[in-house]
Order: sequence, then C-alpha cells, then structure tokens
Amino acid sequence: MLVFLLRRLAQSVFVMIAMMIVVFFGVYMIGNPVDILISPDATPAEIDETMARFGFDQPVYVQFFRFIGNALQGDLGRSFVHGEPAVQLILSYMPATLELALLGLIFSVLIGVPLGVYAGYKADRWQGRAIMTGSIFGFSLPNFWVGMLLILIFAVELQWLPSTGRGETVEVLGLRLSIFTADGLQHMLLPALTLALYKASLVTRLARAGTQEALVQDYVKFARAKGLSETRILVVHVLKNIMIPIITVLGLELGSMIAFAVVTETVFAWPGMGKLLIDSILTLDRPVIVSYLMLTVIIFIIINFTVDVIYTLLDPRVRVKGSAA
Amino acid sequence: MTVLDVQGLQTHFFTDAGVVKAVDGVSFSLGEGEVLGLVGESGSGKSVTGFSILRLVDPPGRVVGGQILFRGQDLAHLGEREMRGLRGNRIAMIFQDPMMTLNPVLRIETQMVEAVRAHERVSPAAARDRAIKALARVGIPSPAERLEAYPHQFSGGMRQRVAIAIALLNGPDLIVADEPTTALDVTIQSQILAEVQELARETGTALIWITHDLAVVAGLADKISVMYAGRIVESGPTDAVLTAPGHPYTEGLLGSIPGHGRRGERLTQIPGMAPNMARLPEGCAFAPRCPRASGTCRADAPGISDAGPGRSLRCHHPTLSAEGTA
Repeated sequence: MLVFLLRRLAQSVFVMIAMMIVVFFGVYMIGNPVDILISPDATPAEIDETMARFGFDQPVYVQFFRFIGNALQGDLGRSFVHGEPAVQLILSYMPATLELALLGLIFSVLIGVPLGVYAGYKADRWQGRAIMTGSIFGFSLPNFWVGMLLILIFAVELQWLPSTGRGETVEVLGLRLSIFTADGLQHMLLPALTLALYKASLVTRLARAGTQEALVQDYVKFARAKGLSETRILVVHVLKNIMIPIITVLGLELGSMIAFAVVTETVFAWPGMGKLLIDSILTLDRPVIVSYLMLTVIIFIIINFTVDVIYTLLDPRVRVKGSAA
Repeated sequence: MTVLDVQGLQTHFFTDAGVVKAVDGVSFSLGEGEVLGLVGESGSGKSVTGFSILRLVDPPGRVVGGQILFRGQDLAHLGEREMRGLRGNRIAMIFQDPMMTLNPVLRIETQMVEAVRAHERVSPAAARDRAIKALARVGIPSPAERLEAYPHQFSGGMRQRVAIAIALLNGPDLIVADEPTTALDVTIQSQILAEVQELARETGTALIWITHDLAVVAGLADKISVMYAGRIVESGPTDAVLTAPGHPYTEGLLGSIPGHGRRGERLTQIPGMAPNMARLPEGCAFAPRCPRASGTCRADAPGISDAGPGRSLRCHHPTLSAEGTA
C-alpha cells in the first residue's frame, strides 16, 4: 500500500510540472495583460514602469523560472485585478462551487442509479426503453438552456424557488456554506439540478449496462434459487457489483463538475470559482487563471486518489491484492 | 413417499430462429432419499430440466407443458410468489461453476443469512448459528471464522462446499445439483460426492444429480435417466442400466469411457455430433448417429416402452432384448 501511495505521489508531481509548463506558456500567449490593466492613454513611460513592476519586461524563460520558483514556495502570484494573492482569492470562492458540485453529484446518483437499475431490469419492456429515451435528453440538452428553462418554470412562472445567488450562508469550519440553511438550500436546488441532469443520464446508462450484465451472472441465478426477492437481488446483489464502474466515472465527473461548473454558475449568478475564472479570463488576470488551473489539477488528483480508496472498500478482491503488494 | 413426479415436461425456447424444444416430454419420479442421475451430453436438455423444476429457465425459454408435481403440488402452474417460497427452502439447487455462483462482493455470512431469513422469521444471530452448522456439516474447518470471508478467499472445492451448505440451510426435500463436481479436481470431486451421498441419506433429501459423467452417477445414483435431444431415451435402476444398457446411445456412452484393462485399445466413440436442437431430424433424433438405425427410425420417433422392472426405453431396436434372448 505504501509503495502504491509513493508511486501515486510521484506521478502526481510529474502531472503538476507538465501542467505548469502548459498553463504558463498557454496563458502567456493569450495576450499582454498590461494592455487591459492601464488606461489606453498612458504614456510609454507609464507602460514601461508597469511592465517592469509585474516583470513582463523580462524574457519568457526568466519569467517562467521565476514563476516556478515562486510556485514551489506556494506563491502563484497576486491577482492583478483584486490585488489579493490568487490562491487565496480562488479558495475564498471555492466553497460555493464545492457545495454546488457535491449536491449535484448527490442528485445525479439519487436519480441515475435507481433509474438505471430499473431500466436494466426492464431492459426489453417499455419502461426500460422510456428511461433510455429520456436519458438522451439529459445528454443532449445544453446546460445553459436547461438552467434557463428551470428558472422560467420554477422561478418565474411558479415562483417556488429563487433563481440567483447563494441565499443565506452560515460559517461551518471556517467555510461560508449555503447548504446548511433552508434559504441557501432553496437557492441551490435549481443550479444543482441543472448540473446533475447530464451526470444523471450518464449514471443511468452506466447503471443500466451494469445491471444487464450482472443479471445474467450465475450469482444472480443462484440468489434466485435461494428464494430471495427480486428487490433484494437488485438492491444488494446487483447494486454492490455495479457500483465500481459508477464510482470511477463519478469521480472523474465530480472533478469536471467542480472545475467546469462555469456555465451553470453564470446562468444562476452563483458566485463560485467558475464565475471567477470567466471574469479573470476577460481581464487577462494571469495569476488567477494559472492558479485556477493548477488547483483544478490538484482536485483531479485528489479525487482519483479517493476513488482508488473507495474501490478497496467496495471490492474485497482489490483489498487483498493491495495488502499483498 | 414420492417427493417429485414430473410428467411430460416440455420446456421450449422461443428464439428468432424458431422454437427450440430443449425439453420435450420428460417424465420421471423421485422418492424420499432417492438419488436420480440425469445423464446426457451438452445440449441434451438435462440442465434445462433441472432449471425447469425450480422454474428458473431464462427467457426466451418457458415451461409450456406437462406437470411438475412436488409433494402433490403442480409447480408448472404455481404463482411466482409461492414458487419463491419453495426455492431455497423446500427445493434447493447447486450450480456447476463454484467460482461464479457466490456473489464476489458479499461476505459468506451475508449470503447464508439472507438465504435463511428469506424463508423464516429468525434473528440474524439464529440464522448465523444455522449457517455455522451447515458449513461444519460440509467439512469446512473453523466455520465461524470463515463466515467473515469473501468467496475469493476460498478454493474452488471449498466454494462448492459453501454452495452445498447454502442448499442445505433450510433442510430441503429436494436438491437439484447441476454438474456440481464437473469444475473440480478429481480428488475433491470424490470427497464431495461421498459427502453429498451421506447427507442425502442422513436427511432423507431427494437428489437429482445432473451430469455428463456416467462414472460419477455409477457410484451415487439409485436410478438413472439418460437424456438425448430433449428426451429421456432410457431410464432404470443404475446397476441394471449400466451393466446391460438397452439403448444404443447409452451403450455408446458407456463404450466411450476409458476403463481398466483397456490400455492401448482404441476408445470407441459415438460417431457424429449432438444434433442442432433447432432443426431436429424427423423420427428418432439419434438415428443419424445410431449403428442400428433402420428406415423406421428415420420415419417415426419411437415411443416409450417397458424394458424390465423399473426400466423404460425409447428405441425401435433396443440392444437389451437382443441380450435378453441370448
């Protein structure tokens, strides 16, 4: 297990370094932030002074190594716009995104798994076909459109739920969260559902395929020969077997949900990291963009790692191999 | 006391390529503590017969005709709810491949306790006690500890013992064993055979042992039924059938077993292949491979005829009568 952990850590370091190179040069090529930062009628002397202050007058490789050097000390620069350290800035926006993504994930599992298992169980009946057809909508409807539709129905027409902002927040363990207040939760429902729709379709399809595969296995037939009810067979015998691929995909999807909740956050004016990223790209706020992407990489690494740990909890066979290694 | 009386059982598969009559008019009966060996090649319908009794035939298969009288109750027309109450309770089944029958992600304990509690309102602790006793009975050392284990921590033979223990949990009247030793080593095979035989005798459980291996049946079964292309072609007391087979097919099967004192001799084999069940020949299904086939065989399927005490045959030209008159 220790070997596995160390190997994982080494891989992660490589990924981080590669990411730094790609991100730095990518952002460098987008344009010169000074053009946006100072007024168009500034004198050449003022421009040079600003360039020197941010270090843009140096050659690219000098800038790059300075960036790496600072990054290794945990300093990814200060936001040009906000003047705060970029990492701190992003972290202050992060809880909003995290709780939204998490609730979206929970919704997608709660909707997708039962639908998928049922669709797999009734694969040749109309119920199964109807669910599969429905999931195509989940796949193909664009996020922003679904979001606006939900706003139109639940916020404008029915006036049941609010459509923008985080609502009331409370501080839990130093994080400002909406999920623990009734008002905040109401604000979360629509954006979380919007985020969940695509994932729920994905989970439905995965669960259906897994269920169909599991149902023809001998252990299911043997469970039937024991006289177990169909419900018990589906909920205990089948479900536990199909959770492994679902967890894998959900892990990856949680990463993308956190990192790319941009569209949904924009539609619902949810003050999360995604919205911060869009604003930063518009103002060419380099340190924020770079920090955001680096944080995204770290989030993916952490999630993948967690998924591996969950495997060992779900599948006893992995556990034994792990302890033997 | 008759435990099971199967009459004219028909199980058909409704495929796109046509109706496959996997089991077509099979009859047999079984008393308490009796062991029936159901013998045949792959695809002869022996396993489907076993699954039909538990009504666990996978679609597109269906029991379409005949009676399955279990203690006087016709299983062929029993509701799904009542049927589930019998499965694993009064009628248990053991499967062929022990590596596949236990759920890989559930502890043995879970899989045993649920089998008890599906049929009886007992506490988990009482169900666990019964599981430990059942494991001990099939010869699993330190059963209380082994309950905590997962299937992959057992060898194939041990897993089959666990499966047998699960079958025994509720003290069934009938166990259908579908080639349970085929996937095992010969030494393990004989151990398990001996144990199952003893258990059946002790508890009075009737046993249907499905196999392609006549040698297995020889030491175990009280009577045997030989299946070919969905029908029983010969049945009778084991000793009688094995010493003086009446059907050319049974004779062929016996001839193809390598035996003592036949070293260096060429093994005899039955020519041809098992027939395509979707396109059976008219007349006797065995006729194309039969050394004794005549024009009658190719035109008319033989009916069931008596062939001595407790014996019956489906053949126009049985080998038995020839030996009987000699």
